[in-house]
Amino acid sequence: METLIIHLLNSLLYASVLFLIAGGLSLIYGVMRIVNLAHGNIYAVGAYTTAWAVGRIEGGAPTIALYAILPIGAVAAAALGAVLEPTLLRPLYKRPEEYQLLITFGLLLVLEDVMRFIWGAYPLSASALFEGMGSFSIGESIYPAYNLAVIIVGGMAAAALWAFVYRTKFGVILRATSQNMRMASALGVNVNQVYVQAFTLGCFMAGLGGAIIVPQQGAVLGMGVDALILAFVVVVIGGLGSLEGALLGALMVGVVREFGITFFPEIELAVLYLMAAIVLLIRPAGLLGRA
Amino acid sequence: MTMVTVLSRRLLLSAAVILALLVILPSALDPYQTILLSYGLIFAIAALGFNLLLGYTGLLSFGHSAYFGMGAYAVAFIVKYLKITSMEVFLIGGILASAAVAALFGFLCVRYTRIFFGILTLALSQVLWSLAFKFFWVTGGTDGLRVPTPSLLGMQMAPGQDKMTFLAHRYYYYVLIIFLAGLAVMWVIVHSPFGKALQAIRDNETRAEFVGVQVRKYRFVAFLISGAYTGLAGALWVPLNGLTTPEILHWTFSGKIVFFTVLGGFQTFVGPIIGAVVYNYLETYAVGHTVYWQLVLGIVLVVLVLALPAGIVGTAKRLGLRLRRAA
Amino acid sequence: MNLLVTKVLTKYFGDTHAVDGVDFTVQQGELLALIGANGAGKTTLVNLISGMLRPDSGSIVFQGADVTSQSVHGRIKAGIARSFQLVNLFDQLTVLDNVALVIFSREGKTRNFVYLADHDRPVRQEAMDVLQRFGLENKANMLAGGLAQGERKLLDVAVAVALRPKLLLLDEPTSGVSTREKAPIMDIITAIVRSEHITAVIIEHDMDVVFKYSDRIVVMHQGTILADGTPDEIRTNDQVITTLIGTQASG
Repeated sequence: METLIIHLLNSLLYASVLFLIAGGLSLIYGVMRIVNLAHGNIYAVGAYTTAWAVGRIEGGAPTIALYAILPIGAVAAAALGAVLEPTLLRPLYKRPEEYQLLITFGLLLVLEDVMRFIWGAYPLSASALFEGMGSFSIGESIYPAYNLAVIIVGGMAAAALWAFVYRTKFGVILRATSQNMRMASALGVNVNQVYVQAFTLGCFMAGLGGAIIVPQQGAVLGMGVDALILAFVVVVIGGLGSLEGALLGALMVGVVREFGITFFPEIELAVLYLMAAIVLLIRPAGLLGRA
Repeated sequence: MTMVTVLSRRLLLSAAVILALLVILPSALDPYQTILLSYGLIFAIAALGFNLLLGYTGLLSFGHSAYFGMGAYAVAFIVKYLKITSMEVFLIGGILASAAVAALFGFLCVRYTRIFFGILTLALSQVLWSLAFKFFWVTGGTDGLRVPTPSLLGMQMAPGQDKMTFLAHRYYYYVLIIFLAGLAVMWVIVHSPFGKALQAIRDNETRAEFVGVQVRKYRFVAFLISGAYTGLAGALWVPLNGLTTPEILHWTFSGKIVFFTVLGGFQTFVGPIIGAVVYNYLETYAVGHTVYWQLVLGIVLVVLVLALPAGIVGTAKRLGLRLRRAA
Repeated sequence: MNLLVTKVLTKYFGDTHAVDGVDFTVQQGELLALIGANGAGKTTLVNLISGMLRPDSGSIVFQGADVTSQSVHGRIKAGIARSFQLVNLFDQLTVLDNVALVIFSREGKTRNFVYLADHDRPVRQEAMDVLQRFGLENKANMLAGGLAQGERKLLDVAVAVALRPKLLLLDEPTSGVSTREKAPIMDIITAIVRSEHITAVIIEHDMDVVFKYSDRIVVMHQGTILADGTPDEIRTNDQVITTLIGTQASG
């Protein structure tokens, strides 16, 4: 029973972070019809920035300040997104989507090395935050409290995003643009502005994912590329462009990963990719996607 | 008609010059440079195969690492389990293995186009990568599998012969001949009625269906040929590299194949070949000169997409046309 | 003799009865015009016959054989070809190759990848002949994407004709071209259809065109057939006049 609870908590932990990454990817695709191959690296930028900032003030500052600075990764990722969309992506909207994929692939390569340049080849850690929260016991076992905090933040982010998309005026505009860009444009929506906002928001989510997981896992080069593929699996299962789908997909992938690592580690990744492939074959639009 | 003859005569002439250069080069270059060129030609074979899908059928695969890797691993398995080191067996094994995987993946993927095709090919290729990565007792994991210098047409490397010389000389010509054969066959394929049908599918899927072209079937065959070509390249690559690792199965390697095809220009027949050779030099020198080689390549790609979407050959063609008009 | 017969053919899109129990007959050798207001179900009917859409119920019999559940490919083999209202061409192929491809396809040669398409003289010759009849021979080596709108409409029909169909379905072959160009285009199309004894169904909006060129007219309204007769009968059919004029005035 205890082990089951721990497995479930770990699944939720994965799912929270995956939802933030994949939700951002899906949001961007839903509104702009662009699959951003550099999205994983944006998540990595979030992780690195937070780890770097925590490292800078660690020791001198009170612990509470460390927690207060945690969201800086999300802010950095959002700022990056706000710069990248108008400069690199906007010129390509009228071109075939091959080029859009390619430029984001180029961006992936660039960001990978920019992170290497700024933060070096060695992993960064922000484990002070992880350790600072201590742990609690589940029966005989102990479980890190920070993991629980990540799950809560992930859940809150999902709720906030839902409210944002379905309960605000901006959400209405966002959804209208995603359903029919031309119509929205004809009705006076500034599509350029919506695009940059959606892209920024998507990057913010990825950055937040990186920022909240870095105390637990640290930041390493290559983490973005790995995360991207998992995020792909999530959105393919849930449905590209659907936030609910990203949530469902993240939960499914979280559970399969956790139990996969425990019970069938050799084929854990293969099972995930196969899940994605099978869903794509049976329901091309994903489990919760619009056809 | 005369215009066409003049053009094709000029084309034949330049092809002859390039061919002569390719034949002579090993005696003029040091072995390292020749081996580098071999890598370029091998990637060019992969690019030819890849571009049958992208340039001629209109499908962007982000999973061609699967076929390249399958070709390479098939060779490694032939060495490991069958103890055979004949290059001809390598090639047949590599082609068959990659074609088998392409048949399976192609069957699943050709129902989709555009972004879904790209993601599905990517996801499936990652299955192979994760298997190669995790089943280390079969694949050697991240250490990979070693492949010795093969015999070419039954001839072993002379005892005491330097491996480098062998690769830079005999192996180079072996690669060159296969490259030329592959080039000729692909040229015929894209200019055949079948090739025209693929281009029709690329231009207008609906209409192609309504003039009697069975779109999925043709896409599948194109996928198969494309995979087999890329697998052939993988089989040629592995003796040159001496080692195969899961890296060549990873989707970022697929990204490189896309990269060099677009670098050369996917809307032309020779573009991907030029792109592959140029990319190979670019990457080799970038890796040799800076740890930030990905940055260099990334910037090249971004600039390419923004400023020169027609690629090297496409841009050169346009410039040539403009010059001729001005003259 | 009936070439094509549909029986209570029905297709719904949600609550819309796009084609609602239509019994539609095409006779061998005739040039039939299918008319009606926008949304009357003309294009849906053509889509059902050509296999682009599957009917919800009803049957389609072509030359005595039931083709209701046959694939597009099968129907083309049986001799049903179509053109499109919004031109559908292979824009990056030459005009000649657009037609040559169709001939290769018709002859089953597209399966062949070991010889050069350009060296197939009979096919090239036939393609040139087709282009000549459509007055496009001078554009043979241009890319189809570079043609003017009127030429594109003609090439779209030429592509369908090159399949040597028994039944040719033309969805608004003169839409999107200027009034001045309409008559020459229709002259060319009807001359070819007549000389090759192709049975043709033409969807058309322009009444002058319809009355001038067709042998028989079928009028559709809200998914059903409202009237069916010779141009003279339709011209004097009060019901048709009120419906068509009524919808035109309101739409």
